[in-house]
Amino acid sequence: MVENNPRLRLFCHVVLILGAAMVCVPLYFAFVAGSLTLQEVQQTPFPMLPKGNFIENATTAWNQGDFGRLFLNSVIVTLGIVIGKLSISLIAAYAVTYFRFPFRMTAFWLIFISLMLPVEVRIIPTYEAVADAAGPLRQLVEVTGLGTLIEWITGGYRIETALQWNMVNTYPGLILPLIASATATFLFRQFFLTIPDELCEAAQLDGAGPLKFFWDVVLPLSRANIAALSIILFLYGWNQYLWPLLFTTDKEMQTAVLGLKALVPHADTEPAWNVAMSAAFFVMLPPAVVIIVMQRWFTRGLVDAGK
Amino acid sequence: MPTDVNAMDRDGKLRPGSSVLRKLRLPAASASGLKSSHFRRPWVAAGLIAPQLLILLFFFFIPSWKALSLSFVQVDPFGGRQIFVGLENFTSLLSSPEYRASAWFTLWFTVVQNVALISISLLLAFATDYIVRCRTVYKSIILLPYAIAPVISGVLWAFLFNPAVGPIAQWIHAAGLPWDPNRRPMDAQILLIVASVWKYICYNYIFLVASLLAVPRSLLEAATLDGAGPVRRFFTISMPLIAPTLLFLVVMNFVHGLFETFGIIDAVTRGGPGGSTNSLVYKVYQDGFVMLDLGSSAAQSVILMGIAILFTILQFRGIGRKVNYQV
Repeated sequence: MVENNPRLRLFCHVVLILGAAMVCVPLYFAFVAGSLTLQEVQQTPFPMLPKGNFIENATTAWNQGDFGRLFLNSVIVTLGIVIGKLSISLIAAYAVTYFRFPFRMTAFWLIFISLMLPVEVRIIPTYEAVADAAGPLRQLVEVTGLGTLIEWITGGYRIETALQWNMVNTYPGLILPLIASATATFLFRQFFLTIPDELCEAAQLDGAGPLKFFWDVVLPLSRANIAALSIILFLYGWNQYLWPLLFTTDKEMQTAVLGLKALVPHADTEPAWNVAMSAAFFVMLPPAVVIIVMQRWFTRGLVDAGK
Repeated sequence: MPTDVNAMDRDGKLRPGSSVLRKLRLPAASASGLKSSHFRRPWVAAGLIAPQLLILLFFFFIPSWKALSLSFVQVDPFGGRQIFVGLENFTSLLSSPEYRASAWFTLWFTVVQNVALISISLLLAFATDYIVRCRTVYKSIILLPYAIAPVISGVLWAFLFNPAVGPIAQWIHAAGLPWDPNRRPMDAQILLIVASVWKYICYNYIFLVASLLAVPRSLLEAATLDGAGPVRRFFTISMPLIAPTLLFLVVMNFVHGLFETFGIIDAVTRGGPGGSTNSLVYKVYQDGFVMLDLGSSAAQSVILMGIAILFTILQFRGIGRKVNYQV
């Protein structure tokens, strides 16, 4: 630093310690609550030190909420979001930056517009769209008269009835709507624009086609961005709440975060906060581990993504 | 339309850095965004871009279009009959006291949250920038809530402030103050703000620390030689230089406050007591999925879309503008 000012430095440390304490206090009390019995958690004053029942409560919560299944769902949905969104946006960004084709700018703006509307503002129409994913196709068939044609040719086969695709309580239904946004595409596009042109010229001189160039040059160069974005998308996918809440009526298809919410006591139930709080810990664990282990990647990626 | 001829190159494309681009405040590349060395295989390109466009078509454009068209009709939830009612959904919405209350609460909530987030994280970022020792430790701890889902943040705070068992609620009661977020609207709103600020400080903090780190050391050293103390340097040199980041964060905080607090509200108050914490997004869910009033809910979605578009434009125009001194 430019100069030495011990009093200000002390002040800064105090501020940061207070900040860190602010972060930790709820987590600490949640841990304490998770380690109590049902009687202890209801007593006044609330104990300041943890007791020994944490593992027991966590086991109860795990079995009661069927978290084995829910964790599996969370993992599948999260990986689906991460891999799906990364691959779709990598190739789309590659197409708009490295190819000259008709309607290139139209395609770019169509993708770009989707940055504007978060999924929260269009939950109901999206729900309808996913509950009846084949609806638009059916309408197309009706409007073009194709349905009548097929019915006439095949003698009574109605293609409209075959075009039914309800994605409620399915993994695609949980994954696809959350992939439908262009944030990652935009980010990769910005990155591709910084790749030196000479690389592509050299590849073309050597006779490499577009797919080979993508696989052998662009993809390895994007490794850092892919890593950073995977972390952000992992947290995004794991922590989804609203969409799985709307979209899973079947307990078997719920995610871990929903399972935790179901354990939280209401006004008229037994106040089993000890069980809920111990569950909160293992539901928070995967993203917390990711963020602690990969902090450097993640902060860089987040700051890049925001720009 | 571009008026100066120099801004165009031979193909009529906008030249990077031209005044037109600066006026549009878009990054130079997005005027064309095509690498000068590229491929001419339209079918390969179409194949590469098709998955993204298809997903957007089914899960973005069709739903958005449906919301727009539903907002002008009234649907009965069982028969599925639709009657065109024009702007009636919007007018009845804007004149309904519940919707107004919800809009006021959302505005109030987002503004208070924004002020709290910016000031607390500025202080923390300043402190992080000033010290050297233990910096990584502080950073790792303060970043932790980023990993925690909004709904879990809500659950944690709902427990701490639970009037029956929560430790903090017990302290408040011990101090002789009334506290019951299930009955007193003000308490519920404070609780929501606390949970939401706790969850989003880390986001502001990451950006502010990164941008403070980017402030040129030479400027700070020059100011020190001229006799400016650390606080003065912060306000006269660092603050103007990080102004674009601050602006970006203000916009993002509004976006988070508006759209991403669903989980927190659902965990902490469920819109109660008496609808006092029914934010705009929570109301869309309530009216659409619980009350099944699809027309009104679609009209609300359309209003929210308008707000979201406004923020996106603000974000892109605001970030491009350099709110600082030329270095």
